[in-house]
Amino acid sequence: MPYLGSEDVVKELKKALCNPHIQADRLRYRSVIQRVIRMSKLDQWGQAEVLNFLLRYQPRSEEELFDILNLLDSFLKSSSPGVVMGATKLFLILAKKFPHVQTDVLMQVKGPLLAACSSESRELCFAALCHVRQILHSLPGHFSSHYKKFFCSYSEPHYIKLQKVEVLCELVNDENVQQVLEELRGYCTDVSADFAQAAILAIGGIARTYTDQCMQILTELLGLRQEHITTVVVQTFRDLAWLCPQCTEAVCQALPGCEENIQDSEGKQALIWLLGVHGKRIPNAPYVLEDFIENVKSETFPAVKMELLTAVLRLFLSRPAECQDMLGRLLHYCIEEEKDMAVRDRGLFYYRLLLAGISEAKQILCSPESDPSLRLLEDQAERPVNSWALDFNTLVPVYGKARWATIAKCQGVEHHGPELPNTAAFPTSGSLIPEENKERVQELPDSGALMLIPNHQLTAECFEKTWLSLKVAHQQVFPWQGAVHPDTLQMALQVVNIQTIAMSRAGTQPWKAYLSAQDDTGCLFLTELLLEPANLQMQISVKQSEARTETLKSFISVLETVIGTIGDIKS
Amino acid sequence: MISQFFILSSKGDPLIYKDFRGDSGGRDVAELFYRKLTGLPGDESPVVMHHDDRHFIHIRHSGLYLVATTSENISPFSLLELLSRLATLLGDYCGSLGEATISRNVALVYELLDEVLDYGYVQTTSTEVLRNFIQTEAVVSKPFSLFDLSSVGLFGAETQQSKVAPSSAASRPVLSSRSDQSQKNEVFLDVVERLSVLIASNGSLLKVDVQGEIRLKSFLPSGSEMRIGLTEEFCVGKSELRGYGPGIRVDEVSFHSSVYLDEFESHRILRLQPPQGELTVMRYQLSDDLPSPLPFRLFPSVQWDRGSGRLQVYLKLRCDLPPKSQALNVRLHLPLPRGVVSLSQELSSPEQKAELGEGALHWDLPRVQGGSQLSGLFQMDVPGLPGPPGQGPSASAPLGLGPASLSFELPRHTCSGLQVRFLRLAFRPCGNANPHKWGSPARA
Repeated sequence: MPYLGSEDVVKELKKALCNPHIQADRLRYRSVIQRVIRMSKLDQWGQAEVLNFLLRYQPRSEEELFDILNLLDSFLKSSSPGVVMGATKLFLILAKKFPHVQTDVLMQVKGPLLAACSSESRELCFAALCHVRQILHSLPGHFSSHYKKFFCSYSEPHYIKLQKVEVLCELVNDENVQQVLEELRGYCTDVSADFAQAAILAIGGIARTYTDQCMQILTELLGLRQEHITTVVVQTFRDLAWLCPQCTEAVCQALPGCEENIQDSEGKQALIWLLGVHGKRIPNAPYVLEDFIENVKSETFPAVKMELLTAVLRLFLSRPAECQDMLGRLLHYCIEEEKDMAVRDRGLFYYRLLLAGISEAKQILCSPESDPSLRLLEDQAERPVNSWALDFNTLVPVYGKARWATIAKCQGVEHHGPELPNTAAFPTSGSLIPEENKERVQELPDSGALMLIPNHQLTAECFEKTWLSLKVAHQQVFPWQGAVHPDTLQMALQVVNIQTIAMSRAGTQPWKAYLSAQDDTGCLFLTELLLEPANLQMQISVKQSEARTETLKSFISVLETVIGTIGDIKS
Repeated sequence: MISQFFILSSKGDPLIYKDFRGDSGGRDVAELFYRKLTGLPGDESPVVMHHDDRHFIHIRHSGLYLVATTSENISPFSLLELLSRLATLLGDYCGSLGEATISRNVALVYELLDEVLDYGYVQTTSTEVLRNFIQTEAVVSKPFSLFDLSSVGLFGAETQQSKVAPSSAASRPVLSSRSDQSQKNEVFLDVVERLSVLIASNGSLLKVDVQGEIRLKSFLPSGSEMRIGLTEEFCVGKSELRGYGPGIRVDEVSFHSSVYLDEFESHRILRLQPPQGELTVMRYQLSDDLPSPLPFRLFPSVQWDRGSGRLQVYLKLRCDLPPKSQALNVRLHLPLPRGVVSLSQELSSPEQKAELGEGALHWDLPRVQGGSQLSGLFQMDVPGLPGPPGQGPSASAPLGLGPASLSFELPRHTCSGLQVRFLRLAFRPCGNANPHKWGSPARA
């Protein structure tokens, strides 16, 4: 237990949050919570812990909610960033039914967040920037007047600059677009290629709303004839041509001349796509594509070749006279000499398509040139605050949603996060297991020589491997009536530290479950529960990673008691 | 709640390792961290990394890496704050934070960690409470003596009148030897401002930002009350007006929780009873509206002959400080295009130095007097340089001639104009003469 100032405080907190008797009695629970909130002698670590505990609390009435908010208001102005962010998160979660309160809280936290963004400590700056981006997803105009704070300094580390560029892209509005674009324009010629490319992509993002100014900047950038700049600009043009058809004209005028400066796969694909789809507006499109075809033998990227095939065919359909000859040569090469099977197949497909007739080919290949509705869909990605309120002030915004998803997957099947506390769930959702039974179940780990470790996590693959390699140590049948309630069973097993790897849904026949547990000596117990249809019994098979009859017996008895308790409840 | 804590030197050598919960890995996790850090792809942030069910979060302080690992999804702000506070605490106990001091005081560091964190939970980081538990003494490299002052080179007549302490005076351990009553009781008060300014190529100001702190380092026994008086015309926020004339204005202030603000409203006096050690009394911010002109102005001119590849850069640096002040350690960093072959330079005064390094030009001026103007002419050969097309010499800059950045220190000068008027101590520690007060030079 963290040190929260004094023994009384610790006692109070323990009473409130760990004792199910207090939680069952709402009035006592509430009064303890109020006492906790009013404690004044806590230091910043204690305050942060209290705010974390309070996340589990559900106020019963609006009055109580605002009472708590008023009491904790001073935490929002604390000098410790951990406390301020913890208080913000708590307020956002408590006030989830009152969006105007949430907006108000975010206004109050603007000052501390901006101060953290300009802090001396780079790490704090980075964490603050990630949270700013999180807020901008819901309130895009929130930081617009403070755009200057997000201009990059030369000496900042790369990862901070990238975050700032993203923020600048998201907080653009009518008043600051001119200055922001000028600043981003400066970054596009930065020495670091990555940073320059990020800046160009950001301008591309802004171009969806402020097309003219951005198009002008992007066209100027093409004039520098720098490889790393040109390739990203052309990719941006491709995206813009798809999402904003009004800039197609400008794109087509800017394209001639780019092909000399592009060497990488992505850039080439983008250029070729543009030439194919909008080739009728670009006078020298056939000649550029012809150059690519001349060099197709030495082309290393199969994706470029695929794109080339499609583009040349499209252009042929709109400018047949100029393209007929080179299309023939390209198809001949792809079908006869190409080694990559995907490219060859596509060449064959197009050849047969042409044999079938021009009108068929036109039907298949002449797709719409742009899809502005996609842009509207993307713009409506403003998410409500409640979707990310739980993630605020945790590591999730710092990693980013995508990376966090991969991390969470690696961390095993059961992720015991702060959102699933078993003890605190009882007062709110109603006891699923009556008090007496739960206490019976809780007493078990003390009996016998078996100590099952809590928070034991085994991945599914590991379970499967171990399961297949062991022999059944014990098998038993159990009297059972009716269907199984998986949630109840899972929770009951949780209490005795048995992890559920997989469980069938309620009502499936036959119903199966796989459980695993580990005791303090490292011995694994793997269990299969099987409920056949029409049988009045549940079959239990237990496999043990080390042959020890004593502990096996204790484990069986624990399992029996849990299943017996669950069975008793329904009967 | 953290699982492990370790400190690495700047080269990755583990100096300190402590496992609090025993639930993940062993000592090799430090090496794992360093390898991961150096092998990270460019666009991922190193601040929080993930490996094998563990999150690594670290800060860099004085060249050391302070790293904590955790397996829970906890608040990054709390954790970063904890690491910063640990850095300050270690600095207080060992004198200063650095590889050498940590290596000398390993036992003290482990004792501190034991008291501050219990099973990964923070117990307390307050020096008051910790004093009662820490027994080990800090080991210093050589005993500090005020007689060393005479060997410090101060400038001319100012030695007698001003009490400017050498920077090493503040770096001895604060919290050592409780039994030693004969040590000098001293207090160091710093007003430190960080100024960051972005100037466009046509000279207009894009962004001006001042972050200021009043830092206190107290060797006095705790419980001594002190009062710090700030300039009376100091206004907070845009609408307040005090005194006559524009006064000194800041946008926002925040105070340490132990400061009493009862006299702040009326007389701008801060009252506090600081614990021993380092403390940030007040933080303030100011943007966009500096009362005094910027300390420096740079006038560049670039001549580039594309044909012969000759690049000539003429830089004139003008210092707009009042004539009595000066700037120290001025360093101009100018990134250069790729492939610069040679550098010839003409500098306006002998103590300046310019050299090429890491694709950039570094121009060092150790001392710049207020009101003076210094210039340097640099000629380089850059064969085959891409840039805007054109023949013959042109005044446009080639690609890669990056933004110039200037860093400097301004002792005894604040950009916002905030000054400390007085520092009064209300309590005389028993058995000692008047405590010594140092007002250290301000750094900007």
